[in-house]
Amino acid sequence: MGGDEAGPVPKEGHDFALWEKRVDALMVLCSSKGHFTVDGLRRALEDMGEDAFEKHSYYERWIAAVNQNLIEGGVYTLEELATRMEVVAQRGTTYGEATHDRADHRNG
Amino acid sequence: MPHDHHDHDHDHDHHHHGLSPSGHPYRQDDDAPLTYWQRMEIAVRELLIEKGVTTAAEVAAQIDLMDSRSPANGAAVVARAWTDPAFKERLLQNAGDASREMGFDIGPLHLIAVENTAETHNLIVCTLCSCYPRNLLGLPPDWYKTRAYRSRAVREPRAVLAEFGVELPDSTTIRVHDSTADMRYIVLPARPAGTEDLREAELAAWVTRDSMIGTGLPRAPQNATQGG
Repeated sequence: MGGDEAGPVPKEGHDFALWEKRVDALMVLCSSKGHFTVDGLRRALEDMGEDAFEKHSYYERWIAAVNQNLIEGGVYTLEELATRMEVVAQRGTTYGEATHDRADHRNG
Repeated sequence: MPHDHHDHDHDHDHHHHGLSPSGHPYRQDDDAPLTYWQRMEIAVRELLIEKGVTTAAEVAAQIDLMDSRSPANGAAVVARAWTDPAFKERLLQNAGDASREMGFDIGPLHLIAVENTAETHNLIVCTLCSCYPRNLLGLPPDWYKTRAYRSRAVREPRAVLAEFGVELPDSTTIRVHDSTADMRYIVLPARPAGTEDLREAELAAWVTRDSMIGTGLPRAPQNATQGG
């Protein structure tokens, strides 16, 4: 990507959503615990191809890269992921409803 | 909820509908339609917790830690370098160790400070992804991660700088530093004129985030009315 031609640098920013912060936290935690390296994440990101940069947001690409590295590392299987994503979808139609926060249930 | 403290930096210009199961209002990002990638984040997080890789508390603590990091950390380091020549020398020699002296957690990364002078201007980019001196500056701004910035910073840095309002004389050498997974850069901007009488704590207020990336210059008391 470095050295390619491109248009003006867009300056608008956004506050990070909770789910984005969680992706960031999972990336840092799993990396610090040795489940993958930043290079492993990068490889997964680059394997997505250039159009992934147009189609998906930053943290969308990162959760995909984190997930791919965890499956490749044998932390969980593709089936486990698919099953869990289906369970999550059944919980509700918003992120708030679908987040099954155990601490919430324990405390209140 | 262990993550209740994280919503302070969100804009509250959005009407919140309903309350979470714990009786708190949802964040604005909580009540939009659930996306495929959000489902993946939830699923991955839950699996990691069940497999004992991490805990909900650890995830929340990591978010707290990241939220607590801001360009103010980097500004404090820069201000010390401006006022303490011995510290500046240590910073340029080993920015990680010098920052740790001030109590900042730099992690295992190799951090390099590059100094702007009358002859040289430094600019930081990560052409591969989005490596950034996050321990001193917090999370990178969106533009740092865009394809446009990453592509063009190494190809036409002068034009990119001009877009950010930084016009440098042709005689100034521009050095572009491409970060890697293990090596991060931070720019030590030149101390602005008119700050000779200011002390370290006062100086930090003039150090902007962009001046530590190289896409900006520190604000200066002389042109503060222009918004710097």
